Amino acid sequence: MIKDITIGQFFPGNSPVHRLDARAKILLTIVFIVMLFTAGDMRGLGVCAVFTLLTFLISRIPLKMMFKGLRTILVIIIITSVLNLFFIHTGEPIFEWKFIKITDKGLQTAVFMVVRIACLIIGTSLLTYTTSPIDLTDAIERLLSPLKKIKVPVHELAMMMTIALRFIPTLIEETDKIMSAQKARGADMETGSFIKRAKALIPVLIPLFVSSFRHAEELALAMECRCYHGGEGRTRMKQLKMKLIDLWGTVYVFTFFAGVIVLNHFI
Amino acid sequence: MSYIHIRGLEFSYINEAEEPPVKNTVLKGIDLDIEKGEFVAVLGHNGSGKSTLAKCINAINTPEKGEVTVDGLDTIREENLLPIRKRVGMVFQNPDNQIVATIVEEDVAFALENLGVEPKEIRRRVDEALKTVGMYEYRMHAPHKLSGGQKQRVAIAGIIAMEPDCIVLDEPTAMLDPKGRSEVMKTIKMLNREKGVTIVLITHYMEEAAQADRVVVIDGGEKIMDSVPKKVFSQVDVMRNLGLDVPQVTEIADFLNKQGYDISGEIITEDECVQALYGLLKDTAAG
Amino acid sequence: MAIIKTENLTYIYGDGTPFRKVAVDDVNLEIDEGEMVGIIGHTGSGKSTLIQHFNGLLKPTSGSVLIDGERLWDDKSKLRPVRFKVGLVFQYPEYQLFEETCYKDIGFGPKNMGLDNAEVDRRIKETAKMVGITADMLDKSPFELSGGQKRRVAIAGVMAMEPKVLILDEPASGLDPKGRDQILGLIKEYHREKKNTVLLVSHSMEDIAKNVSKILVMNKAKLYCYDDTRTVFHRAAQLEEMGLAVPQITRVFNRLKAMGLDIGDDVYTTKYAKELLLKLLAEKKFNRGIETD
Repeated sequence: MIKDITIGQFFPGNSPVHRLDARAKILLTIVFIVMLFTAGDMRGLGVCAVFTLLTFLISRIPLKMMFKGLRTILVIIIITSVLNLFFIHTGEPIFEWKFIKITDKGLQTAVFMVVRIACLIIGTSLLTYTTSPIDLTDAIERLLSPLKKIKVPVHELAMMMTIALRFIPTLIEETDKIMSAQKARGADMETGSFIKRAKALIPVLIPLFVSSFRHAEELALAMECRCYHGGEGRTRMKQLKMKLIDLWGTVYVFTFFAGVIVLNHFI
Repeated sequence: MSYIHIRGLEFSYINEAEEPPVKNTVLKGIDLDIEKGEFVAVLGHNGSGKSTLAKCINAINTPEKGEVTVDGLDTIREENLLPIRKRVGMVFQNPDNQIVATIVEEDVAFALENLGVEPKEIRRRVDEALKTVGMYEYRMHAPHKLSGGQKQRVAIAGIIAMEPDCIVLDEPTAMLDPKGRSEVMKTIKMLNREKGVTIVLITHYMEEAAQADRVVVIDGGEKIMDSVPKKVFSQVDVMRNLGLDVPQVTEIADFLNKQGYDISGEIITEDECVQALYGLLKDTAAG
Repeated sequence: MAIIKTENLTYIYGDGTPFRKVAVDDVNLEIDEGEMVGIIGHTGSGKSTLIQHFNGLLKPTSGSVLIDGERLWDDKSKLRPVRFKVGLVFQYPEYQLFEETCYKDIGFGPKNMGLDNAEVDRRIKETAKMVGITADMLDKSPFELSGGQKRRVAIAGVMAMEPKVLILDEPASGLDPKGRDQILGLIKEYHREKKNTVLLVSHSMEDIAKNVSKILVMNKAKLYCYDDTRTVFHRAAQLEEMGLAVPQITRVFNRLKAMGLDIGDDVYTTKYAKELLLKLLAEKKFNRGIETD
């Protein structure tokens, strides 16, 4: 049923990866991406792969989630490997049949690209697996707060994110109810051509819009009653504080990064 | 001057969609005084103006004519807005549409964060508010997983964390099941009796209004009655004509009273009714 | 013949997941045609899940549902005709209105049934009249109406399908006493006129007591009982144990009885209470008269 969809792929837990400050986690994820693209050859990439796997194990996220993330981008992985495999013609040929020509260089590049994409996806999804959407929003708001000086509405954007997160389950539940109600009135949403089915959604979408507006209006009123007047002079109950574990996390990431750089330039 | 002081309050909505714009006068000169610590129920059918009145108390609506002051602060003055909303909190009908955050305790903290309270003090007040409404153990839960009564208690906690003098509740139980309703009513009564919070409860459930110290009946934008529950509900016919109900026991007592039997027409609780009927009947059925 | 029949009906939410919850547990039930039935039970007792089976919105995990003698889910293509036999009005039905005019919205169901325009028109006008929606309101957008009017339009939208069974989930919730009496009044009127089966889900025991002849009680996913109103309210103590209230007047009479008065224990409406009290008090006067003689 539609209600069973989970939003945000957050897996609550208490691993060291979970306990990292969300801001540190975002920044370290960026460092990880840089590291991934710094790695110039298979050895450097190998270090990145080890890092990705090790971090995944430390986070104690079920391993099948690693492959689940990959499955969604399977098409991209296949296209990348096919393109590299068949269209790089430099290097020694290792397989030739009619117009198909695969070279060792092509194979190498294909493997390299696939491993890099896989690491990228697994590593970044780890951020959303181990951080609750609220912490994430909060961290983004705080990281971006310097932009307030150049009039970027950081607080407003973060507030919108929070409210969206809060109302997604409510709206899903409502969609479910409206769909049942229209089905009970004989609406047929499951059969017919694409256009017919799209048309059959109107009786669901209009009430959903109307109710979203009602939610918005009433929520705005309730927020006003609770003294909401924008981000100005606002404090937060939960102060994000960098702890010792964040230092260790940083050391951990940069150790691997240093490894990649050393491999690139000195060995 | 009383804590909430309303004199000659008039208010209208203007429907701009119509051509020419249609003016719909909802409140037509209301006088009302509410003292600190009172528990006042406001009764009236839908469209009687009772919700509009509620929104006038915490400066969501400002009077078109007349005046509304809270703790001496005039609602019409812009600079009084925050001080008034800090003093008078408001709880609405639909619990889903007043919870802002994705975690219960974050939601309770919302108003305090807006007011720029120190983080440590927020923590203390949030915990206290959640304990007061009996939702402390749910502080880390997601609001959409709670029952209607629980959500409404979270909304109340979000208000009492501001430590207001007064809470206005606009049909807080209309969307709840009987269990949720009694949870919310218990919380409201406790806040009034134990914490001395002034309560203005807007409702159309007479059994809820019967628990108040005072009942104000609004109809057609005017105050029709303003008295203790006994006096209001004993006007069975007037209430009926206003589209309102009276408790079943009041209806029975009033009926017998009018038939000439020796029973008070001012019975509003079950206990009173049982005692009175027992007094009337005891020799018959038994003997 | 029973219009609604269930055989060992069981429904489990999220079977095979950690959130598994038995919502309806082995319910066997027969509801006769033309009955006006009240359905009561606390929140989460399974009553909403149960009624959604009656028009095939939910598929039983095990067991079966028979409508008018026909077993649902044997042939999936027959589901839609069943939905036309059993009309279901959800809680807050006004939230499902979507057409430009009330006329079109009431006509949505009948149109889906494939009726011709003349018949659709007849049904819209007839049901609109029945629920007190005037001709000029029919041309208005449903979003312009008051809360109570919207709700009546939404109910008319289901009534216009002329179902053999009409099920209403909390049709009066959120309305003021006048709006509530109006809605319940028109449902009662509909039942009297059409002689169709009506199932009314409500939390308000006063409303149930006033309007229905039989009551179905759900408790913890199980069918607790299905019996005459009188018999069901007779079990006040058990109902209260389940977290359900009985009408205030029933509580008063039960307490008087417990205090030793010999009065009936089948009082659940104020109308009957008044009659009974007058009778008892008249007897008392009469007895006094004899004593003083």
